[in-house]
Amino acid sequence: MMLLELGKDLILDYTLRTVALGSATLGVVSGALGCYAVLRKQSLLGDAISHAALPGVALAFLFTQSKAPLVLVCGAAIAGWVATLFVIGIVNNTRIKEDSALGLVLSVFFSVGLVLLTVIQKMPTAKQSGLDTFLFGQAAALLERDVVTMASLGGMTLMIMLFFWKEFKLLCFDSAFGASLGFPMAVLDVLLITLLVIAIVLGLQTVGVVLMSAMVVAPAAAARQWTDRLGGMVVLSAFFGAIAGVGGAVISSSAVRIPTGPTIVLSISAIVVFSIAFAPNRGLVWNWVRSQRERKKLQIEVVLNDLYTLASQHADLQHSHSTAVLLAMSANRGNVRHSLRELVSLGWVENVNTDEWALTSEGVIKARYIAERQE
Amino acid sequence: MSSETLEIQLIAAVVAVACALPGVFLVLRRMAMMSDAISHAILVGIAAAAIFVTEDLTSPLLIVAAAATGVLTVSLVELLNQTRLIREDAAIGITFPALFSVGVILIARYAGDVHLDTDAVLLGELAFAPFNRFEVLEYDLGPRALWVMGVILCVNVVFIAFFYKELKLVTFDANLAATLGFSPALVHYGMMTLVSITAVGAFDAVGSILVVALMIAPPVTAYLLTNRLSRMIGLSGLIGVASAVAGYWFAHHQDASIAGSMGLMTGVFFALALLFAPNRGIVAIARRRASQRWEFAQTMLTIHLFSHEGLPEAEREAHVNHLSSHLHWEPDFAQQVVRNAERRGFIRNRSGRLNLTEQGREMAQLALVK
Repeated sequence: MMLLELGKDLILDYTLRTVALGSATLGVVSGALGCYAVLRKQSLLGDAISHAALPGVALAFLFTQSKAPLVLVCGAAIAGWVATLFVIGIVNNTRIKEDSALGLVLSVFFSVGLVLLTVIQKMPTAKQSGLDTFLFGQAAALLERDVVTMASLGGMTLMIMLFFWKEFKLLCFDSAFGASLGFPMAVLDVLLITLLVIAIVLGLQTVGVVLMSAMVVAPAAAARQWTDRLGGMVVLSAFFGAIAGVGGAVISSSAVRIPTGPTIVLSISAIVVFSIAFAPNRGLVWNWVRSQRERKKLQIEVVLNDLYTLASQHADLQHSHSTAVLLAMSANRGNVRHSLRELVSLGWVENVNTDEWALTSEGVIKARYIAERQE
Repeated sequence: MSSETLEIQLIAAVVAVACALPGVFLVLRRMAMMSDAISHAILVGIAAAAIFVTEDLTSPLLIVAAAATGVLTVSLVELLNQTRLIREDAAIGITFPALFSVGVILIARYAGDVHLDTDAVLLGELAFAPFNRFEVLEYDLGPRALWVMGVILCVNVVFIAFFYKELKLVTFDANLAATLGFSPALVHYGMMTLVSITAVGAFDAVGSILVVALMIAPPVTAYLLTNRLSRMIGLSGLIGVASAVAGYWFAHHQDASIAGSMGLMTGVFFALALLFAPNRGIVAIARRRASQRWEFAQTMLTIHLFSHEGLPEAEREAHVNHLSSHLHWEPDFAQQVVRNAERRGFIRNRSGRLNLTEQGREMAQLALVK
């Protein structure tokens, strides 16, 4: 009943629909492009780009005196792009490491943005209101035209991504090989970063500078747990981003005073935690189950082997021995009693007296096989 | 200078030094982005403490809570990293926005009850710092922020002075440190606690982004200027203070945000170092490359003359005009090389016909032997 109500709101309520659509678009675009950032170990570049976009927003406003989203987004994109080039330039030409270069560029650009914002604030002609939504994001203030801008620009970046699919894949996994095939890897690198910059800048209005980095990293990190293929990862990541976007919008609309941006980020964080725990193959829970199973198997083999070793001292390989002997023999390696029960149910060992155990003929074969394998 | 402007600069300077000290080790240990993560994540600690524990925003409990959050952030990043499912950079990029989000939601939910503002945490407002006084028995002892940051600075100085050897060892050779019986983990968490305390002390004066600027930019600048840890620490502090004071006056003249201007100045000092650092600066590198180019060209010239000396073709080979075809030099460049070589006494130029001097012959022989 409640779900139905929510569904109805999503379609009919203008504000919620706009916010949900905008957040979903943001999730799809940043989720898809974030995959490349995560795979190329550039996760924190997103953080730097989003902070560095601030002076671009301020300068775009100073020059054009316009608050149209497209103008501000362009300014932000140029600043984010320049910042990325600075980071790359510093890393390549000095002994400064990447993390320091990122932190430096991020904080200095942001500071410049702050200075510009205060300067704008004091200009008589215009108020900077509307500019600081870029700082913290204001999903609730999204308008339909903002969503249209986001969707068309985001769609464009995704199209370019698909068009250069093969090239970007090469760039991610074996750049040197790509260069040897004659692809202009440096150009592709800049192009991919440009796409990432656009994706990030599109999201600033919705979730703000600080939280944008999560929108780049988290969907991709979650998707990575479920698949080993780039295609699957990009699709899943976009899907997770969209779910988090819509989920965040719905949750924050259904409660009082819960801002949308942080809710979206917490949703995507929950998806990350779930993926780490439950993704098949890589997930922690499955890993644990698998290791338990392996452990049990090893314990059973240990007991079987012990029984075989003991029996080989006698003429009859099916000579029985007591639990106490097996316990002493295993020296805390195996869960002897449990393993014996398992062995009986497998039909490899039989309970001769109350506390005496002997190999069955099948058990002898099995034990011999294990002993041979161990040699 | 009024006492207020002096006080603001003093606070700014103390904050700058307090941030630069742990910053040096963050930069050297390639954990600079940890300062970004911690300075954002402490919001949740501050918010939770302010809402659930004490309403007094100046309570030391806030610092304790924030420091604990900082350590929590580091542990969470490490935990994610240890699963081997998520790389460290991604782990940082996921952890701190999540914690920051919780902080923002807490503040939004209880906005009416606490005087805590996300703006203030991120951006800070140094201009108001002098209005918040520290008074004991009605004696005015100066701005509270100055006392708080002063104490934090002392803690940082004492920690680094006391564990200097250990920090140095863990920073430059963690394996050796572990072998010798020092615990890198202990030093690591100690350092991170320090970063958290410093960040929370500074947030209210300068905002969390500037904490990042002050922790990273001065040490990185110093890193370009020296190879010694002790000098790097000293220089970082100096650059921090210089940025603080220069930033204050810039803000004063432009009527702009003081925190932003200080961050801007750290960037300016970095740019200066990047360009003009004695050995690693771009200018120094360019000059070194250029002088190497001339040096090499002169050596080439002497070798060329030496190898044709006294042979029948010497008349033709040893002429200036021939160099461009034989050594593939542009005529202008060839003239320049010849002039330089003549000035340094390697050759004699008789209207285009070049002869080696004794010195030039030695140089060619030396180069050929090498």
